[in-house]
Amino acid sequence: MGWVADTLHSVTSIQLRELFNHFISLGLIVTSALVIWKVLICVSGCQSPVVVVISASMEPGFGRGDILFLHTSKDPIRAGDIVVYNIDGKDIPIVHRVIEVRERQNTEEAYILTKGDNNPSDDRVMYNPGQKWLQEHHIMGRAVGFLPYVGWVTIIMTDIPVLKYILIGALGLLVLTMKE
Amino acid sequence: MHSFGYRANALLTFSITILALMCAMASVSDNFNTPTTSAQVQVLNINWFQKQPNGNDEVSMTLNISADLQSLFTWNTKQVFVFLAAEYETPKNSLNQISLWDGIIPTKEHAKFWIHTSNKYRFIDQGSNLRGKEYNLTMHWHVMPKTGKMSADKIVMPGYRLPVEYR
Repeated sequence: MGWVADTLHSVTSIQLRELFNHFISLGLIVTSALVIWKVLICVSGCQSPVVVVISASMEPGFGRGDILFLHTSKDPIRAGDIVVYNIDGKDIPIVHRVIEVRERQNTEEAYILTKGDNNPSDDRVMYNPGQKWLQEHHIMGRAVGFLPYVGWVTIIMTDIPVLKYILIGALGLLVLTMKE
Repeated sequence: MHSFGYRANALLTFSITILALMCAMASVSDNFNTPTTSAQVQVLNINWFQKQPNGNDEVSMTLNISADLQSLFTWNTKQVFVFLAAEYETPKNSLNQISLWDGIIPTKEHAKFWIHTSNKYRFIDQGSNLRGKEYNLTMHWHVMPKTGKMSADKIVMPGYRLPVEYR
């Protein structure tokens, strides 16, 4: 009867090994994605180094679904820069162009006014009531690079959340069932 | 080994790699372009110049802007955003930078232009320092690529002066 147990053992151990292999390769994919993201954060100095444009306010330069790469540097912000800013209490970052800068003489604090290229008026209507200027702590980064259309993937996925789970499920299934 | 899934995966990976490579090359090729640009701005008229009730000076002017930015355009250029900013220093602010006029140049054919306009955005000081103030007019441009790295540059035109009296 010994050979039956042996065979059974060898079969289960192979399957177990294969299963482990699949989980490890799945883990590798997830961790390498994380590593790439974290490296991007280090290089750019931004909390979120990539943003997807979701409005048409910068048309025809940037359209919905385009991707911008951000960079944070010590260089002061000047008129013409395209900045990503976050108004206190609102969580959707906005990508607009700086049209006015006032830099204080003694403190070197900068007061910044922005406007979307495609908007008829400046952004004061979008700031909090009574807020006239953006300051350094509102600014998340400066746009330095541009990649068209790629952001549509995330826009579609946030619009139709079911799609996200289907995609993640399908990818997971694919990795787990792949034969070596 | 040669299942449909594998082939589809290989094809997808390969095409994305090639596409990414082409985008990178298009962006790198922009570096070989060394543009030579020119710009002239004339202040034709001070339409009005007064102190607002809150104490800030405001001026309205008529400008004649001409520029040749054709050499900025390469095959990877989607558009050029151009704007004219007034820049000056006051006791309160080490830098005041105000956009007076801006425009989008969609193609190379439109990149040599002249325009006769009054300032599109309001020229207001934070305070009352504009009488007799010397200021720079700076033509800035921002090249937006079809893909890749964005670039910007400027031409500073110094030596403009506002009138000594309100009008």
